[in-house]
Amino acid sequence: MVHYLDHAATTPVRRAVVEVMTRLMCDGVGNPSGAHRLARDANRILDEARDQMASALGAAPGEIVFTAGGTESDNLAVFGTLEARGGRAVCTAVEHHAILEPVESSGGQVVPVLPTGQIDLDALAEALTPDVSIVSVMLANNETGIVQPLAQVAELVRSQAPNALLHTDAVQAFSWLDVASIGRVADLVSVSAHKFGGPQGVGALVMRAGANVAPRLRGGGQERGRRSGTQNVAGIAGMAVAATETVRDRPAEILRISALRDRLADGIRESIPGVVESGVPSEWSTDEVARPGRGNQPDRRNKTANVCHVCFEGLESEALLFLLERNDVLASAAASCSSGAQEPSHVLAAMGYDRQLAFGSLRLSLGHTSTAADVDAVLNVLPEAVERLRTAELGAGMSDISAAVAVRGSVGG
Amino acid sequence: MAEILVAMSGGVDSSVAAAMLVADGHDVTGVTLKLWGGESDSGCCSVSDVEDARRVAQQLGIDHHVFNFGDDFDKHVIAPYVEAYDEGRTPNPCIECNRHIKFDKLLRRADALGFDLIATGHHARIVTDADGFLRVSRGADSAKDQSYVLHMLDQRQLRRLMLPVGDITKERVRELAHELGLRTATKPDSQDVCFIHSDGGRRKFLGDRIPLSPAVIVNRAGQQLGSTDAVQLVTIGQRKGLGLAGNDDRNYVVDIDRRNGVVTVGPESETFDPHTELVDVAWSGTSVDGLLHIQCSAHGSRATGRLEGSRVVWDEPHRRVASGQSVVFYVGDEVVGGATAA
Repeated sequence: MVHYLDHAATTPVRRAVVEVMTRLMCDGVGNPSGAHRLARDANRILDEARDQMASALGAAPGEIVFTAGGTESDNLAVFGTLEARGGRAVCTAVEHHAILEPVESSGGQVVPVLPTGQIDLDALAEALTPDVSIVSVMLANNETGIVQPLAQVAELVRSQAPNALLHTDAVQAFSWLDVASIGRVADLVSVSAHKFGGPQGVGALVMRAGANVAPRLRGGGQERGRRSGTQNVAGIAGMAVAATETVRDRPAEILRISALRDRLADGIRESIPGVVESGVPSEWSTDEVARPGRGNQPDRRNKTANVCHVCFEGLESEALLFLLERNDVLASAAASCSSGAQEPSHVLAAMGYDRQLAFGSLRLSLGHTSTAADVDAVLNVLPEAVERLRTAELGAGMSDISAAVAVRGSVGG
Repeated sequence: MAEILVAMSGGVDSSVAAAMLVADGHDVTGVTLKLWGGESDSGCCSVSDVEDARRVAQQLGIDHHVFNFGDDFDKHVIAPYVEAYDEGRTPNPCIECNRHIKFDKLLRRADALGFDLIATGHHARIVTDADGFLRVSRGADSAKDQSYVLHMLDQRQLRRLMLPVGDITKERVRELAHELGLRTATKPDSQDVCFIHSDGGRRKFLGDRIPLSPAVIVNRAGQQLGSTDAVQLVTIGQRKGLGLAGNDDRNYVVDIDRRNGVVTVGPESETFDPHTELVDVAWSGTSVDGLLHIQCSAHGSRATGRLEGSRVVWDEPHRRVASGQSVVFYVGDEVVGGATAA
């Protein structure tokens, strides 16, 4: 049995999504820009999907622009705003590359984060000069699951750069946070279907009325001229079903999944020395585990419910992932290069992590199909795999590793 | 049947090495090492080479992984390479990569992951000599022999290593690749140092990392014949590329004084030495007192000589060996030891 703990990379497509998409493709989907009956049917499907996405995202139907995924939505937000309004883009250092690359390549400014992984609001305040036209701050980070204080960011933007648009990349957040409510402060919101049980290659950008953003794809004028190209009707219909189910199940899923995640993260911290959990204050050290009735629970309030992200001293995660896979546990470290190699994480670097420690990162992300058996499987195989790699690759004693972590102090806290 | 991790560069030799191991019934996993993040002729991140390796692995029905050893490569190959040129030595980066990356880091990784053996596509053989020692020996294809760059492997490493294509010629390697329909069958052999881009060459690579300094070029009479803006790029015995008449047989570099910025050229005869001083002499088994075949560059010819202390005494005067080059000792086809030119 395979234990899939990489839902943050992509999560299995929901059954209802498969059913609706299969039915549409079997029956035949017209081109929604056409005039005949099949085309009108396609257009109706799109309209219904738009209504559902609007409801799920707290927007008006006319504010939903369908795209080919999170990267396109992010690029459209940044480049489209710069083209329409000029000025400069600002983002955090922990954004997905789909934001960082557009911001950096257009000469924008990258604002640092605190060791907690959250944006340095003082640095943001300094960066918010009148020429800033777009500020992009993700809702939840794709590697660590750390949630940004979007309301405080919005307040700063409104007061210091009132003409700037606020964009939030909610790609990782949508399954675990009430984006319809939290995202209301943003002018632009990106989501991607395959992160919440829809198909890959489909996404949306909320573009609030008045947030004039120039199109990146020009042509037939679909999506009210904001994104040309024949819509992926079946995919969009699938995304809408996935979004609706996600919102419906979200309150219960947050409880169920965060309980699994906490057991997973607590179990790792209890059974393996020399481990740092990102975005979780480190005063809850492994020493306290030994004490009965520990009074100091790890505080994961700033993390999405589904991510357990840890760094192990004294090993390289690509070797760890290999051993986990041999034991049918599929996970990931951080971002991957297109070559498939593990790259040092820019997110952990921005949080001040030592490069070696960052190379030992492991992201175990849960999702709608996760079960207690998945958590058990990880807790069964991980301690031995970690110990094996530490012994083999470094030859270092466990006490040395623990000492190194202790000396490093509050990294990640 | 053994569990074997085969290093697949995306070239034809390692592709066929993997195929031969699969055909022999082993449990084979492919791995491509990502070593260099900078520019190279194979493209950024060598994505196309990784893709070739991955596609070959798919054809063979084996798993394929990518390991990022970039930091180790920077530390053990790039930094010493730059430092050597900065200090007037001529390094062998491929040997350092083999020493520290493929047969140390990768071997330890393979151990940790539970593999019995590793394999590469080098054209060389591993033989057991009369004393029971494992030795690196020349590959079946003498023109493609790579025993020189594997000379430093010790018993522990050799026991864990397979070199499947060492027993066949390069022509046969390509035939096998064609027969199997491998996409790397006609891929050209790699020629130069993998991290040096053909556009900028060594000059740009070194110039980006260390200050290059000028020198005048004089003959033995002290007469200035020209100049160079990068004395670090000049090698003993070099004749071409100095801006002098390339066919003049008195224009061989015979001395390089980096401190004072003087390159002296002279007749070819002056580039020959009766002996060569060595450092770091190491024997793979017991030392050999008698006649040795000695090779001083990856594709160089082999000369004969004997070792006297830490110096090679050549049977015939030998072209000067640049400081920093590996000097490898053979008896017959077998590597018996090696050293570095002082």
